[in-house]
Amino acid sequence: MLAYFLRRVMIAIPTIILISMFVFSLQHLLPGDPLLVLAGEERDPETLEFLREKYRLNDPIPVQYLAWVWNALQGDLGTSFRTNQPVTELIAEKLPVTLQLAIMSLIFALAIGIPAGIISAYKKGTVTDWAANVVALSGLSIPNFWLGIMLILLVSVKWQLLPASGYVPPGEDLWQSIRTMLMPAFVLGTALAATLMRHTRSSMLGVLTSDYVRTARAKGLSERVVVLKHAFRNALTPIVTLTALLFGELVAGAVLTEQIFTIPGFGKLVVDAVFNRDYAVVQGIVLVTAVGFIVMNLLADMAYMLLNPRLREA
Amino acid sequence: MFRPFPKRSRAHRGGPGTQARFPKCRVSWPDAQISGVCRARYAWGIDSPFGRADQFEIGSREGETLSNTAPLLSLKDFRLRFRGQDACTIDRIDLEVARGEVLCVVGESGCGKSVTAMALMGLLPEGAAEIPSGTLSFEGLDYDLTRERLPADLRGGAMAMIFQEPMTSLNPVFRIGDQIAETVLRHRGGTRAEAETRALDMLRRVGLPSPEARLRSYPHQLSGGQRQRVMIAMALANDPKLLIADEPTTALDVTIQAQILELIRDLQHEAGTGTIMITHDLGVVAEIADAVAVMYGGQVVETGPVAQVFDDPQHPYTIGLMESVPRLSGAGGRLTTIDGAVPAIEAMPEGCRFRTRCAFAAPACAARPALRDVGSGHATACHFAPLEAHLRVAG
Ligand SMILES: Nc1ncnc2c1ncn2[C@@H]1O[C@H](COP(=O)(O)OP(=O)(O)OP(=O)(O)O)[C@@H](O)[C@H]1O
Ligand code: SF4
Ligand SMILES: [Mg+2]
Repeated sequence: MLAYFLRRVMIAIPTIILISMFVFSLQHLLPGDPLLVLAGEERDPETLEFLREKYRLNDPIPVQYLAWVWNALQGDLGTSFRTNQPVTELIAEKLPVTLQLAIMSLIFALAIGIPAGIISAYKKGTVTDWAANVVALSGLSIPNFWLGIMLILLVSVKWQLLPASGYVPPGEDLWQSIRTMLMPAFVLGTALAATLMRHTRSSMLGVLTSDYVRTARAKGLSERVVVLKHAFRNALTPIVTLTALLFGELVAGAVLTEQIFTIPGFGKLVVDAVFNRDYAVVQGIVLVTAVGFIVMNLLADMAYMLLNPRLREA
Repeated sequence: MFRPFPKRSRAHRGGPGTQARFPKCRVSWPDAQISGVCRARYAWGIDSPFGRADQFEIGSREGETLSNTAPLLSLKDFRLRFRGQDACTIDRIDLEVARGEVLCVVGESGCGKSVTAMALMGLLPEGAAEIPSGTLSFEGLDYDLTRERLPADLRGGAMAMIFQEPMTSLNPVFRIGDQIAETVLRHRGGTRAEAETRALDMLRRVGLPSPEARLRSYPHQLSGGQRQRVMIAMALANDPKLLIADEPTTALDVTIQAQILELIRDLQHEAGTGTIMITHDLGVVAEIADAVAVMYGGQVVETGPVAQVFDDPQHPYTIGLMESVPRLSGAGGRLTTIDGAVPAIEAMPEGCRFRTRCAFAAPACAARPALRDVGSGHATACHFAPLEAHLRVAG
């Protein structure tokens, strides 16, 4: 099991190196002097000289790359020319906001998607199944921004139940923090719930007709135990893997959702950085997201292994 | 081209009692070398010089008296139709198992053995099939199968089942011990520790090596034969009154088959468990059966005590089935099979379902023959049984 874990980590390392190369090459692929790319609109000769020195821009490209990696490893991803804040600091400030949104959306997605998937698989071919599929399909096809705006109009403007925008850190006021995040998390969560439901359904369908489910019934176990214990426990593996892979969708969705609800999170940071050509920030964001994705994949692998006795015992 | 009764015209040339029939036989005995008891017996109306017993050792149950009270299980007038089909896949069958008795259900692939077993256990998927008629009596209680299934309290308790697929019948993500303990807890209650003790006890009884360690094993760590032993342990954990074993050895290595069969027989015998053993291996029947029911196309065509049915098969299908058993001893050693294949359910003929393949088929066979007693509990569903009478005329 440990060997398996280590092998997975070993595979992840070259991936991270490749990604860092790609991110690094951004500054060279973009038109213009990399120095100006890094410096943004900063034209102060002293600053330019400092950057040239720091990133060894007069040296060959491999040396430049190593210098960049060296800085990155020390947590120095450059400075935003817009705010003059270090990129690492910016990310560390915005990431928790998005993480809160992501976790709350995932809770919505799991709480809606998995039960709906189980029920529609169990009731395959009935009206319930049909209805669940229609709802899921609309969940997939209704654009997030439309749903978001509708919710703001109804819940915030008309009924005045929840705040329409903003962010309150959970450390400050937990209840208010959750309340503010409720609508964005719901909007993002429902889109994921639809995907999750369809995967749960197909995974359960395969398992419900298996011989061991028949054995469970032959033991006289109740349908609840048969479905939730014997069948679902086996259907879980692909679901967990998928949930980890939903991370990408989650990040993409968060960018949009944060725009709709004007949440000062990671997504907003991305959008602002791209529009302002704040390349150092863009680089940092791409790197952090990519590493996050790899970590999620690693976690998915681990979960897959823990859920599968065949791999666990090996 | 759609031919519901492809062989009828040929079979038609001779009805029973006419000499012209014999050279056209599908179950062709008289023109071939002696290859089976029944042929000799029927063709010349004499008892065979080769007893059935020299081919199969029929398991005897001396010293054991079966109670004459009501049977443990009886299935009456059972019909089952799969959704979207017109004909009944199971067409009015009756089965009876006495306490402690082994009933073997035999028949070619697709004749409905497993479907019947599933229906008895109440395991048919909801909505897959319709049951127009059928009553199940089990341990003195009646269940109207058209409306209800076997109660879950009996499933895995008083009535348990072993399946054909040992490799996939255990849940891959739970430990063996937990899977056995689960059924014990479900039916006997008690504490977890007691259930685990029982599980260990059962693993010992089915002869699994190092049972303590096996309790904590996962199914993938066991071989097919070992998994089937676990399935047997699980099925017998609650001392069922009836055990249904659906081809429990088919998926196993030949060397393991005999061991598993012996295990089932021993445990069944020890506990006096009534058993329905589904198989298409007549060797298995000879080995362990008290009674046998021969199925063809969803009908029981012949049934009775195993000695009678084997020594004196009356239904052309049973005769054909016995002819198709490969022989290791005796004259011949050749394999005769029944010509043709079981028709698809849509092409199933009215009346006697065997008539598309029967050498004796006659116009009368368009009406369904009733299961008639031909002596001492031996019954057969053929218009021309006992065949001897007709064959004597022919000879
Ligand atoms: N769910 C189903 N829907 C439609 N037809 C079915 C279904 N299950 C089984 N059948 C049909 O019922 C018939 C009897 O099947 P069954 O599995 O009982 O045969 P069997 O006698 O057990 O054969 P085998 O020796 O191969 O196990 C077959 O023709 C099969 O095609
Ligand atoms: S009743 Fe059936 S088995 Fe008997 S002779 Fe007619 S077709 Fe053959
Ligand atoms: Mg079968």
